[in-house]
Amino acid sequence: MKFKSVFDIIGPVMIGPSSSHTAGAARIGLVTRELFGRQPKWAKIYLYGSFAETYKGHGTDIAIIGGLLGFDTFDERIKTSFDLARDIGMTFEFIPENGHTEHPNTARLVIGDESGEMELIGISIGGGKIEISELNGFPLRLSGNHSAILVVHDDKPGSIAKVASCLAEQNINIGHMEVSRKEQGQMALMVIEVDEPIEDHVLLQISQLPYITQVTKIAD
Amino acid sequence: MNVLFRNVRELVELATSENKLISELMIEQEMLITRRSREEIMNQMDRNLTVMEEAVEKGLKGVQSTSGLTGGDAVLLQNYMKKGNTLSGTLLIDAVSKAVATNEVNAAMGTICATPTAGSAGVVPGTLFAVQNQLNPTREEMIRYLFTSGAFGFVVANNASISGAAGGCQAEVGSAAAMAAAAIVEMAGGTPQQSSEAFAITMKNMLGLVCDPVAGLVEVPCVKRNAMGAANALVAADMALAGVTSRIPCDEVIDAMFKIGQTMPTALKETAQGGLAATPTGRALAERIFGAEFVKGV
Repeated sequence: MKFKSVFDIIGPVMIGPSSSHTAGAARIGLVTRELFGRQPKWAKIYLYGSFAETYKGHGTDIAIIGGLLGFDTFDERIKTSFDLARDIGMTFEFIPENGHTEHPNTARLVIGDESGEMELIGISIGGGKIEISELNGFPLRLSGNHSAILVVHDDKPGSIAKVASCLAEQNINIGHMEVSRKEQGQMALMVIEVDEPIEDHVLLQISQLPYITQVTKIAD
Repeated sequence: MNVLFRNVRELVELATSENKLISELMIEQEMLITRRSREEIMNQMDRNLTVMEEAVEKGLKGVQSTSGLTGGDAVLLQNYMKKGNTLSGTLLIDAVSKAVATNEVNAAMGTICATPTAGSAGVVPGTLFAVQNQLNPTREEMIRYLFTSGAFGFVVANNASISGAAGGCQAEVGSAAAMAAAAIVEMAGGTPQQSSEAFAITMKNMLGLVCDPVAGLVEVPCVKRNAMGAANALVAADMALAGVTSRIPCDEVIDAMFKIGQTMPTALKETAQGGLAATPTGRALAERIFGAEFVKGV
């Protein structure tokens, strides 16, 4: 079941006009920013399907930029996000693409600053709900049926075990887990699907473990 | 994941056998899934209800979208209604005007609560605030109206779709209208089975509805489709309360909606390439708003 909460249906509270093209777009921007862990200096945003065809009318562009500035779906500042981005010196570009994607509302965000880059593919599946399908070239094969967290970490011995035991201590059962890395000893990723809801204090605890760079909830 | 219901049949059977309201089962399932307290869940829905009230209030004062395509119709409808000569009845026109008010605020980039989406955000609150005047519900009963709507929307979202890009307008305004019909029935004292009949009757009359927004904006025809969604919901609720039943069971209607959405051409699924968006006037409006270069791509 992709929609788990009644508030996925009666909600979110948001700035109009479209839950998939505005609220969902803002959430894709916001998750990207959270995973990056800081304000990006530049962004290239590739839009596919219905996003590519109708992004201007739906405010998809200003919503994604709003998300990248850290604004949630109901934040009135979304309306002036282009100006606010310029004020802090963030540059951005939108590129509508013709390519076919599995879901009609797909965006690929490439963001960065002087110390790094990140690439993410997000999908807006309806009613403001989103899924992340790829991060830095790693496909995230989430079933969408469970809560999931994404952990960016250094490829060091023990880092995976520490995260797993932290979840075990909280009585959270891991249903599915994938680990991937680009090169030995460099940045690596854990995608963990769990059976129980994950509360914020658990995320905080994981983020304080050694070798952990970033922790984000990517599915409720 | 453990859930109390996966489809409408299970929802109605459980409500009937345990003698519970559908809204109650939705609240219990939310507590089960999110491990949050009843109080927290009720409070969050109360806040969503307040957002809906504020949106209607704003829309009834009169708003205009940036494009100039929509705005002001909610005011026209309220003024007309207050003269007391409506043909379809005060309650129905009240619901229609409040649905329009919400979507006009949405189009003007105001704050709304998606139910189940932003483009279809008018139907559930529009019908609620109109029926409110006749049934005089408590605040808790109004909150329950949203949980009943949510229970049916939950089934549609998981078994079919609530995305116009994936399933056309039938998935958005169609779902919203059917959800509202089911909630009206519960508030009026109907049975869970009657709620499901009202849902099925409404959805059957929304099947095939395409998503063809002019210039890709959530304005034309979205605002008026919310108006008609509200009307459809009220009539279907009355039919179900009168004892009329749907020959096709609710879950099969939802499945039919899903399959129709899958086979619907992409041009009619929120791409602004077909339907009303592709009419000469639709194209001319898009050109006026975004310029000729943009429209060439469409």
